[in-house]
Amino acid sequence: MSETNEPEILFGIYCPPHPQPLLSPEASEGYSKLRAAYDECRKRIEESEADIILVYSTTWPSIIGHQIQALEKAIWTHVDDDFHYLGSMPYEFHMDTEFAHSMKENCEKRGLEARTVEYEGFPIDTGSVVALQLLNPDNRIPSCILSSNMYSNRSETIVLGKAVRDTLAQQNKKAVVVVVSSLSNRMFTEHIDPKEDRIHSQKDDDWNRKILEFFDDGRLEDLSQLSRDIHGQIRVQKVVAYKPAWWLAATMGQHNNYDGEVLAYEALHGSGGAVITLTPSTGSVGDKEFDEDDVEFYRGDRNVLDKGTLE
Amino acid sequence: MAKGQIVAGCLAPHPPHLVYADNPPQNEAYSEGGWETLRWGYQRLARKLKNIDYDAIVIFTPHWQTYIGTHFLGLPEFKSKSVDPVFPNLFRYNYDLQVDVELSEAMRDAASQEGIITKMMTNPDFRVDYGTITSCHLLNPEWDKPIVTISSNRNTHYYSPEVMIEQATALGRACAKAIEESGKRVVLVASHSLSHRHFVEEAPLPEDMSKEHIYNHSQYVWDMKIVEMMRDGKSREVIDIMPEFTEQTIAETEGGGLIWMLGAMGFPDFPAEIYGYQSVIGTGNVIACWDPNDDTREYVL
Repeated sequence: MSETNEPEILFGIYCPPHPQPLLSPEASEGYSKLRAAYDECRKRIEESEADIILVYSTTWPSIIGHQIQALEKAIWTHVDDDFHYLGSMPYEFHMDTEFAHSMKENCEKRGLEARTVEYEGFPIDTGSVVALQLLNPDNRIPSCILSSNMYSNRSETIVLGKAVRDTLAQQNKKAVVVVVSSLSNRMFTEHIDPKEDRIHSQKDDDWNRKILEFFDDGRLEDLSQLSRDIHGQIRVQKVVAYKPAWWLAATMGQHNNYDGEVLAYEALHGSGGAVITLTPSTGSVGDKEFDEDDVEFYRGDRNVLDKGTLE
Repeated sequence: MAKGQIVAGCLAPHPPHLVYADNPPQNEAYSEGGWETLRWGYQRLARKLKNIDYDAIVIFTPHWQTYIGTHFLGLPEFKSKSVDPVFPNLFRYNYDLQVDVELSEAMRDAASQEGIITKMMTNPDFRVDYGTITSCHLLNPEWDKPIVTISSNRNTHYYSPEVMIEQATALGRACAKAIEESGKRVVLVASHSLSHRHFVEEAPLPEDMSKEHIYNHSQYVWDMKIVEMMRDGKSREVIDIMPEFTEQTIAETEGGGLIWMLGAMGFPDFPAEIYGYQSVIGTGNVIACWDPNDDTREYVL
């Protein structure tokens, strides 16, 4: 634990879930750049003193609260639903089971429904497989994967991030935290030549570049506050909200004091794929203040539906 | 060669809870039962299918979600373990299934000719989704018929429910044409629930039926409206109202399965056989069958 009794998060990584950087990096210059950015992150992780890599994956949806991967050795061969023709992804990941179980307890202390999953053959999602294969190929550092509850919104996601901080502080572990998510997530709906890949629309590209400016300036809390706008503007409405910035900001301390670095930004079948690092720093570039309540404990739905109904 | 035909169309929801409750040897988890209304309904429909002469099951599943067109299983055999990513505590099923690749390719070709983006899935490591496994297990526990799985292209999310209706109907027409030209007798399966809002907590004993109920009353009222229209043979009207239904109940109809199936069957105006309705962790599930044969169609419930 650091001197301030805060968890020590060495740096954060934001990276895309698509398998091209892992399976076909040579298919386009863009995919190669993304792969090189992943490789750079891998190198930085190896050079860090991280005790754990913690992954929050938007391609692992859950329903029963928040699921936490706890199988000590997760071994399988994964195939992506869309990009199965690019090849199989055999993997062996070593999970930090001690972290996983404490994380569950700390979620529950903060009012969240949570459970660990420890089943041989559990289908680890494409995004987690890609990230862990590229960032930690030899299992030098144990990892843990958190699901993204499909119904959860801001409060719940922020409290989830705080439960991560509780657990890291409790276990005195230095962490690299990884969010697996696209920026804009609209893909082309037909098969394309990878060499002709581009961001799906000018609007998506404009928004992505604005988000990257914020990342580059280290303005993570500002991005967290922009999540609903981002969801409405450049996210296909598959889930209720764009949550990665909420989770990452809550996990990394809810401020704007980071050194941001955009290592790559490229199209992945039309979606916005970026590999970004955020390293805690001092000084702030943010110019906004916010009045939306911070949340420490999740109390569930407000039961709005039951108010004013017929007696 | 005689013309092929669709001999039945089944709406077959796939909560893994139903397989869990059945305790088949393929599933690793053990239960004390539960959800009998649905399971007994499935058993009765499975008995009916046993008495129908057919060659293959073609199933449309929302748990093989593809964004780049519609994909078809394209290898003759798949053998692996399916673990439900949401309910792994309930469903860890060892499967060994056969695929009618000839029919699969014929449907893919027919769909492509209609301008639908398609892809054959030929990666032997591919894991067949749990929607396919659950619905097929419950309809044909012996697994003695080959299947074809068709993925759900996510048109509702990417465009709108109306676009999904157009696309899934076109896909249904193309599949029907391919089936007719194949000379085969085929059972179609749309694998999904109706209303689809889940509880986000699970009872300590998942099969504790004292804890099971629909998520809220409006979901139930909507589900009953749809079931009533099915009973009345108003399948076209079911599709017409589907955008509203899907939005109001977060319905799993958003995946396109029922639209595809009814489209393939030409939007039948005869009554659907209803085999049971029950909630599973808050979602609404009906088992229904459209039997085009006037002599064998029953009034079940």
